[in-house]
Amino acid sequence: MEKQTIISVGREFGSAGHEIAEKIAKELGFNFYDRNMLDEIAQEKNIEVKYLEKYEEKPRNLILSRSVKGYSNSLEEVIADMQFEYLRKKADKGESFVVVGRCAEEVLKDREGLISIFILGDREAKINRVKEKYQIDATEALIKMKRHDKNRKRYHNRHSDGKWGDSRSYDLCVNSSKMGVDETVDILVTYIRKRMENREA
Amino acid sequence: MTIAQILAVTIFVVMFILIVIDKIERQYITLGCGLLTLGLVFGLAMHSGNAVTETLNVRSIFTQGFWYTAGQAEESSSGINWSTIIFIAGMMIMVEGMARAGFFRWLCMKLAKLVHYKPIPLFVAFMIMSALLAMFIDSITVILFLAAVTVELAKLLKFDPIPMILSEIFCANLGGSATMCGDPPNIIIGTSLGYSFGDFLSNTGMMAGISLILVIVYFFFVYRKELMQEEAEAVEISSMPDPKEAITNKKDFVISCIIFGCAVVMLVTHAQTGLTVAFIGLVIALITLITAGKHALGLLKKVDYKTLLFFIGLFMVVGGLEQTGVLEVIAGFIGNVSKGNLKLMIAIIIWVSAVASAFVDNIPFAATMIPVVKSLAATQGVDLETLAWALSMGTDIGGSATPIGASANVVGTSVAAKNGYLIGWGKYCKSAAPATIIVVTVSMLIIFARYC
Repeated sequence: MEKQTIISVGREFGSAGHEIAEKIAKELGFNFYDRNMLDEIAQEKNIEVKYLEKYEEKPRNLILSRSVKGYSNSLEEVIADMQFEYLRKKADKGESFVVVGRCAEEVLKDREGLISIFILGDREAKINRVKEKYQIDATEALIKMKRHDKNRKRYHNRHSDGKWGDSRSYDLCVNSSKMGVDETVDILVTYIRKRMENREA
Repeated sequence: MTIAQILAVTIFVVMFILIVIDKIERQYITLGCGLLTLGLVFGLAMHSGNAVTETLNVRSIFTQGFWYTAGQAEESSSGINWSTIIFIAGMMIMVEGMARAGFFRWLCMKLAKLVHYKPIPLFVAFMIMSALLAMFIDSITVILFLAAVTVELAKLLKFDPIPMILSEIFCANLGGSATMCGDPPNIIIGTSLGYSFGDFLSNTGMMAGISLILVIVYFFFVYRKELMQEEAEAVEISSMPDPKEAITNKKDFVISCIIFGCAVVMLVTHAQTGLTVAFIGLVIALITLITAGKHALGLLKKVDYKTLLFFIGLFMVVGGLEQTGVLEVIAGFIGNVSKGNLKLMIAIIIWVSAVASAFVDNIPFAATMIPVVKSLAATQGVDLETLAWALSMGTDIGGSATPIGASANVVGTSVAAKNGYLIGWGKYCKSAAPATIIVVTVSMLIIFARYC
């Protein structure tokens, strides 16, 4: 039986990290987890998924939340914990999967089969991508990009020992603007397969 | 303003901001700021070894009055309030012993069984139990067990636990305001100003008792639709968990009940016996540890040392404000605004305390305000006790208004959310904020009627 492999993909906003992760999962035949994990969590906890979406992958509000003896009443943190628990359960089952964001490289850092990747991009390329995807102008795209990256950074750094986007926290950091989405996927799949082979050997 | 005052205020403000930001554990924040107070304020700016000694206040532990007051009021002193620290540590050990024996879960399940698991009686009974338990046990422990059992029952009986959890949280804070040992601000007020358990019970306890009746009616009215529907749809459960299953060890359970009973008796009678709360805390801790036998070390390990260190650091920082006279300036300001009008003074203290406690930790706030009310009473010639009760009710009840106002609110909403019952600010404040306004207003009117 093939050993378990978990691919965590961190990404800058507009870097196509999500698309790359999805393509890697497809290429390797792995399950793919992103926002979709909320559907299962919502069903299990009997909550409407829209409530979970409102608070997921967001930093807690510093002023409007508090924690006491490890209990936090920040809904952002409670939902983050639910997602971390979800990922741990999936990993415990021995399933191989690709997960986007959600501090997965930290949450699953003790798993032998973890390969952590961070996708970044050139500023202009990211702006163009955001402009096209959301049909907005460059200024709006830049503002949106900065806001999302700031939130991701705060969210990540709250739950992780390593810093968001810091190369020391990941196995591989790739600039997707240099070779485009498909070639980046090819390189990453080659790298992952090599790692998998090394482990099997 | 002198350099010492500027430094003391700056350290205090930085401490508060860091506590709110919650990036560094709060005991490190207060201890760090406390050490800065000793070094910068007392050392560098004031060159006063005396201020350091007075703030550390270690000498007080070795006086007879610290342990036994022979019918006199307890000595009040400034600086680190070691009575509070020792008492809280003792109660923590006792509560750990009770939890280990399964006392709290048994009590919740027993009460639920007594009311035949009917939603409306359960709703009222859990509110009353929350208030009664919080009179003697810290509200975090009370809510931790109550909220967990409420969620468990809600899943079995198919009802929405959020109304119950919100009303339990409010009642835990209300119950805590009734006694000297119910809420940390009360312990600090009582030990700093020399009031007894009986003093609190006959003053804040009376206000809390009247408020509890109003609050039960209020919460029932607010959630009447949900409760009526749940009552109509109540499912018959043939196999509910047996309360006895909660008891992990019968002998430990009986012992923990006896210790709890002794603690209550000692606290209620401490003004008559002359035993101080520090003494009671120490004795209760020792009895719990001795009877726990081989589990004693485990109990000691479970003590929340972080909270105790938080208190020590906090008292040092407040000591800085006290020694530099900053708090007298604040007292003078309140005196000027109220122009010696006692009713206005009470209104300012109770409402400012309530609003502040709704957003910031009420423990540092109460610790800061005690020297202020002391100074206010001395300079304006008003009764200190009256101001103390206003401060107590303001800080204890104000914290109920928002999800971040008191520790019980944070723990209760967190337990609910972890189980899939998300409680945001809107849902929380919709019922709790009006209840807070009602109780603070009623308390203020009672103080006006009784003392002015």
